[in-house]
Amino acid sequence: MRKVDVSSVLGSSAEDVSDLESCIDVSKLNLYYSKDKQALIDIDLKIPKQRVTAFIGPSGCGKSSLLRCLNRMNDLVDDCVIEGLIALDGEDIYSKHIDVADLRRRVGMVFQKPNPFPKSIYENVAYGLRIQGINSKRVLDEVVEKSLRAAALWDEVKDRLHDSALGMSGGQQQRLVIARTIAVEPEVLLLDEPASALDPISTLKIEELINELKRDYTIVIVTHNMQQAARVSDFTAFMYMGNMVEFDATDNIFTNPAKKQTEDYITGRYG
Amino acid sequence: MNSNIEGHSHHISKQFNAELEDVKNHMLEMGGVIERQVADAMKSLLDGDSGLAAHVLSVEDTIDAMEVNIDEECSLILARRHPAASDLRLVLAIIKTVRDLERVGDESAKIARMAIKLSEEGEFSQGLVEFRHLADSVTKMASAALDAFARYDAEAALEVVRDDVAVDKVYSSVMRSLITYMMEDPRSISRVLNMLWALRALERIGDHAKNVAEHVIYLVKGMDVRHEKLAVVEDQLDEQVD
Repeated sequence: MRKVDVSSVLGSSAEDVSDLESCIDVSKLNLYYSKDKQALIDIDLKIPKQRVTAFIGPSGCGKSSLLRCLNRMNDLVDDCVIEGLIALDGEDIYSKHIDVADLRRRVGMVFQKPNPFPKSIYENVAYGLRIQGINSKRVLDEVVEKSLRAAALWDEVKDRLHDSALGMSGGQQQRLVIARTIAVEPEVLLLDEPASALDPISTLKIEELINELKRDYTIVIVTHNMQQAARVSDFTAFMYMGNMVEFDATDNIFTNPAKKQTEDYITGRYG
Repeated sequence: MNSNIEGHSHHISKQFNAELEDVKNHMLEMGGVIERQVADAMKSLLDGDSGLAAHVLSVEDTIDAMEVNIDEECSLILARRHPAASDLRLVLAIIKTVRDLERVGDESAKIARMAIKLSEEGEFSQGLVEFRHLADSVTKMASAALDAFARYDAEAALEVVRDDVAVDKVYSSVMRSLITYMMEDPRSISRVLNMLWALRALERIGDHAKNVAEHVIYLVKGMDVRHEKLAVVEDQLDEQVD
């Protein structure tokens, strides 16, 4: 509001998305699950690099559909039609030349329910590299340790790396899944309700982890928990009935949103 | 987005509606008590009524208790409801306004104390006309700021911010004339100083009323206009589309 810049003494204030380098550019995106069921309508969005962007909105608003478009998970849905453009680092991810498996390595995804493989902790993290044909013990050891450290899990599991991952707590399993995702060095992490099945302490650990990971990765998170969006994200997109209603710095969305629909949703009013 | 008076009563949680409504009403009730304090303090000085001044001083504890209670209500809303957007701005505006109201209460008490001293010192007329004039202005400002809060009226709040400029001018000019008077008649210094303190308290009440008005602008428009020049504030409010 005021012209005086206090960020030099007080730390940074809300950023303007247009000043940041973008990682994913979505333009004029329309998604249909069937002829008369349109789930996303003319979505335009710029997801900034190395920031956390949250998608919020009521159930069925299209936030998960949009997230799934970003690594072509919707390709697996029958009759799903997608129009428009999604570019990752300027490259159209729906182009014929894109190797979808490689895209999903670059754009990793973590789901609501932790889904570790019925293997050891070590093998879960090493899995992505093994399917790339990397079997050198030295390389795998290094990547497993680095990924588990990055996922803030190393100290808890370093003495039982060869135990089954299924014996871990829900919160640990979710961090293991994140470790498995970052082991293959993605650029983007898509998190679909990553903490909604976890207790409050595990949730805080995941949120702390998200804050650490944004130094190296671009993170997009879908959450029903608005306070979580307010806590972890730098930018927030509010969606409603397939439309992108408002996209702005999280600080603005939660103190003075521009649109009434956003205001009604985040303050818990009926519109 | 601008907030309006009905906005805080449309939550899915009726209990939350009631909590916000209650805390706002308690703040406005406190505002009513403060308005009476200001009027009584001024009357006690103008009429030389030390009984009324003593009454003003006796109400101070009640005002302090109201401030503490409202702050407590606000803390609970923050802790339990995690308000956002206009709800958050309402709670913050109430916390800040209550603090300014309590300070207005303190300034009224100062005036009451000066009223007692002045009445003990006997007949005195220097500065009374200006006191009456300033008292009228700041009383109106305080009422207008609280009305603006009750009605979510940013325009009316802006008017209060404008009025403060005039009050400050009158205050400077009366200061100059009283200083001249003291230089000419050093025997009057003690009494004139008491009047100066009372005038100073009026000027501070004007400042607090202006602060309340700025909190109203923040509540309604989401704009923080503190420490901003009046012309800039006017421009920013014009730019905002309702």
